[in-house]
This record gives sequence, structure tokens and C-alpha cells, in this order.
Amino acid sequence: MNQTNGDKTMLKLLNVCKTFHPGTPDARVALDDVTLRVRKGEFISIIGANGAGKSTLFNAICGSFYVDRGCIVLDGDDVTMMPEHRRAKVIGRLFQDPMRGSAPGMSIEENLVLAAGQGGWLSTAGKKEKQAFRDRLALLDMGLEDRMKQPVGLLSGGQRQALTLMMATLSMPKLLLLDEHTAALDPGTAEKVLALTTKIVAENNLTCLMITHNMQSALDLGSRTIMMDAGHIVFDTTGEERASLTVEDLLEKFREASGKKLDNDRMLLA
Amino acid sequence: MSLPMILGLGQTALELSLFNALTVLALFLSYSMLNVCDLSTDGCFTLGAAVGAVVAIVGHPWLSIPAAMGAGMLSGLVTATLQTRMGVNSLLAGIIVNTGLYSVNIWIMGGSSLLNMNKTSTVFSMLKDALKDTALGAQYSLIIGLIAVTAVIVFLSLFLRTRLGLAIRATGDNPDMVRSSSINPVFTTTVGLCISNSFTALSGCLLAQSQKSVDVNIGSGMVTVALASLLIGGVFMGRRSIPLRAVGAVIGAFVFRLVYTVALRFNLPAFMLKLISSVIVVIAISGPYLKGQLPLIKRQLAAKFGKAGTER
Repeated sequence: MNQTNGDKTMLKLLNVCKTFHPGTPDARVALDDVTLRVRKGEFISIIGANGAGKSTLFNAICGSFYVDRGCIVLDGDDVTMMPEHRRAKVIGRLFQDPMRGSAPGMSIEENLVLAAGQGGWLSTAGKKEKQAFRDRLALLDMGLEDRMKQPVGLLSGGQRQALTLMMATLSMPKLLLLDEHTAALDPGTAEKVLALTTKIVAENNLTCLMITHNMQSALDLGSRTIMMDAGHIVFDTTGEERASLTVEDLLEKFREASGKKLDNDRMLLA
Repeated sequence: MSLPMILGLGQTALELSLFNALTVLALFLSYSMLNVCDLSTDGCFTLGAAVGAVVAIVGHPWLSIPAAMGAGMLSGLVTATLQTRMGVNSLLAGIIVNTGLYSVNIWIMGGSSLLNMNKTSTVFSMLKDALKDTALGAQYSLIIGLIAVTAVIVFLSLFLRTRLGLAIRATGDNPDMVRSSSINPVFTTTVGLCISNSFTALSGCLLAQSQKSVDVNIGSGMVTVALASLLIGGVFMGRRSIPLRAVGAVIGAFVFRLVYTVALRFNLPAFMLKLISSVIVVIAISGPYLKGQLPLIKRQLAAKFGKAGTER
């Protein structure tokens, strides 16, 4: 896109391809020559039907599998062949399932110590660090700061997702990936967690990609929206064009881009 | 039965349970924390006993302890490598290593299945000599057991608070989370199994030296006995802090020994020990499950025989 204005690129995907079960009757092209450039501090919402390749894109960025072709550059470093746990040091990720992001048998405090990832393997968290956790948790406004010693398994789904959000952003990741992270929550809690997300992302100027099935929040949140279909990025909008878009337009774009009727109930209902 | 006799039995039970408690603490790390059922425990226990005995017989009683623990670590490394890097199912990895260790153990013992340490200078005989004329003269076994168990509990309590310890706990607690986090499960599983197996080997080393002999079958059934003790300990401590749960594991080992000692008193033959431990493990694991199923079973029975449930 516009490279002359001095904006720094945080993430670059060049011609990324991934086929699952290659060479078998089950072969499925999940990512087909995807190229994407994400600038530092950009907040992109990603939409598309189920199976369009949205989560696969995240998996490729995180290193859940290695891509077949193409390369992935994160903040100037080629991470294409870097193992998942090493990329995870600089990538925060939230899943739809609130149970997936924290260890239920460990206390809130222990989960946070683990997520902060500071100090050596044999170090323990000091008083100061624990106080910092309490202060951060207080920002969630869920009373979690007074339950530091309680096991995470006792929290509700919404509280757990908020905690996971806190854990994922604790060490200022270069990239925050949100995979429908409010889809499993009730509407009220979802709204709260979403508000919290935008607040944390804005305050820390995080670079963020968010998959959502809610067309309205796809347009409301962030600064850019991309649409995926069959492993391609079929639509990419930002700036004034995006500001003037309505949900109806977006649905129309979807039909145009993919050349077929929209068959996803969840998207229509949104 | 006279009082001194009861006390004597109690002390023997306590001593033996302290040596076994080290294996229980090993399983506390691998089974309760890392959620890996390490079936190489039997072989590793014997490995520690064999290595410790051979090193002591050669004339290095002190060196026997680190040597046994080192051997245990190596065995843990093999088990961990099989399951984390070579695609072997974790239960199978334990069984394979256990089988292999049988040969290794006999090889270490110089081709014999029995080693005698009657005239060997061991940690126990040395402490016995040192305490000969003091009031604690008869308690040397107990002292060594207490020191070892305390050291392991203190180590575990401190270690499981470190970031590495927390990462090991998380690996067992939520593998999904760990897989997509900056924790490398290969690393945490390997470290956890190396440490736990070093405790198992220490356990075998001390038991063998206290009874002055090693039999190649000294460790057989150990994993079930230790698991039974661990689960009994869990009944006492439940979901409390880590140090308390570790102490609970030791109490569990003692209670198990006590039950066993009492059973022997009632003329139950010694070979029944393993059946008892198996039954205890079954009760401890399936008890809570069956308790949860009870209301459902009642309703099913009621439905089947046309009672209360169907009349509505």
C-alpha cells in the first residue's frame, strides 16, 4: 500500500500457500497465494464465511503449522520457519473458547506470572511484579484483583476471556490475534470484552488482527477490514471508502467478490 | 501385642514409607503436575537401586546417591524423548523404557539378579557408626529417610513456584493453552520427567541400601503402590497449596504402609501387597466417578423396574 509515508510494516505475508492433506482425495487448499501487509499500530477486522481460511491465516502467522510456500516477516524478522512457541513470545492470541487461554488448576496470579514471561526460568515473581498484576487486573473492573490466589477454573467464561486478553497483552506483543474471541460469550459480556479489547489495543497502540462474524463490529472497530474467501483475500478496505460502508454494502461486496450467494446464516443475522 | 512391638512395627512402617514416599513425590510431579502417567517408574526404581549398590560396593557410598539420581535422570530423558520427539504414546513410552531397563539393570549388576551389600559401607552403615554411642543410635534409617523426604519436598515447593515450575504445571493443566503459548511442551515435559525419575531412582537407591541388598525385582509394582499412596494423600490434602499436597503425598505413603502392615498382622501373606495396592488405586480413581454416576444409575434402575421415576 502506501509505503512512502514512513509507516513501519509490522507483518508481511508474501505469497503464502497452504494445502492440507496434499496428494490425497481430501486435499484442500486453505491458503492460496495470500499476500498481506500490516502496518504498525493497524487494527484490522477480518470477515469471511466459515472455511474461508481466516483461522488458517492466524495459524500460519503463529506457526501452528509451517506454510508450503511464501514467507512471513514479523517486524523485519523472517519467522517462516520459526517454531510456534518462539513466535508466541511476541504474538498474543485469543481463541473463541475462553477455556483455552488459561490454566484452570492454577491461580490467577500464577497464570499472569507465566504470561508475563519475564526473568529466567528459575526466577519467581516478586512483590512489585505481583502488585503490578493487581493494578492491571483492576482495570478490567471485574473484581479479579481480589481473587489473585483463586484457581482460574472458578471464573466465568467472560472473566476468563478478559483474563486471557490481559495475559496476551501483558508483555506488549508485536501482534495481537483475536479469533472470534467474543463469539462464545453472552451478548452483554461480549460487548464488555470487546470494549476492553479496543481500550487495551488503543492505549498500547498494538497491532491487531480480529476475526469476527459480526459485520457491524467489523466496520466499527479498527481502521481496516479485509474479507476472505476460499483461501484468498477478496476485499480490502480502509480510510474513507471504509468509513462510508454499511453492513449492506459489505454483504454486497461479499457477493461480488466471491461471485456466489451468501450462504452463511450467522453473517446474515449479524 | 505389646506396646514396644507396636512401636517397633510403627517405626519400620515409617522408615519404609519414607523411602517409598520419594517415589510418591516423583509421581506427584509427573502424574499430578505434568499429567503424565510414567510407567517406567518400576524399572527406574530398580535402576536407582542397582546403580547405587554398584557404586557403593566399589567404595563410594556418598557418590552412590548422585550416581543413582543421575541414572534416573537419564532414564527420564529417554522416556521423555520417546514421547515428545519420536511420536511414541506416553504410556507406551513408559512401558518400553521399563522393559528395556530390566536388561540394563541386570547388566549394571554384572549379570546377576541379586547384589548383596552386607559388608558394604553405605550411607546407612556410615551414619550408624557415627551415631553409635548417642541416643539416636537406632534411628539412623529414619534420619536418612526424613532428610531425603524433607529435601525433596522443599525442592518441589520452591521449584514449582519458579517460572519453569509454573510452565510444567501449565503443561499438565492445559495442553491446548501451552501449545499456542511461548512455553515449549517438549522442554517442560523433558525437565519434569528427568526430575521425577531422579527422585524415583533416589528412592530405590535408599531402600536397597537400607535393606543391604538389591533384587532385580525390587521395583516391580512400585508405580501402583506409589499411585495408591499419592491418591490416599490426595484424600487428606485435596486441592491445597503445593507444599501441603506434597506433605499429603508422604502421609499417603505412610497410611498405605500402615494398612499393609496391619494386613500382614492379620496373617495376610506378603504376596498380597500388590493386589491390595491395585484395589486401592481402583477405589481411589473410580470412587469419585462412580459416586457421580450413582444418581443416574438409580434413575436407570427405577426406569427399568417401573418404580418412582416412570410414574410421573
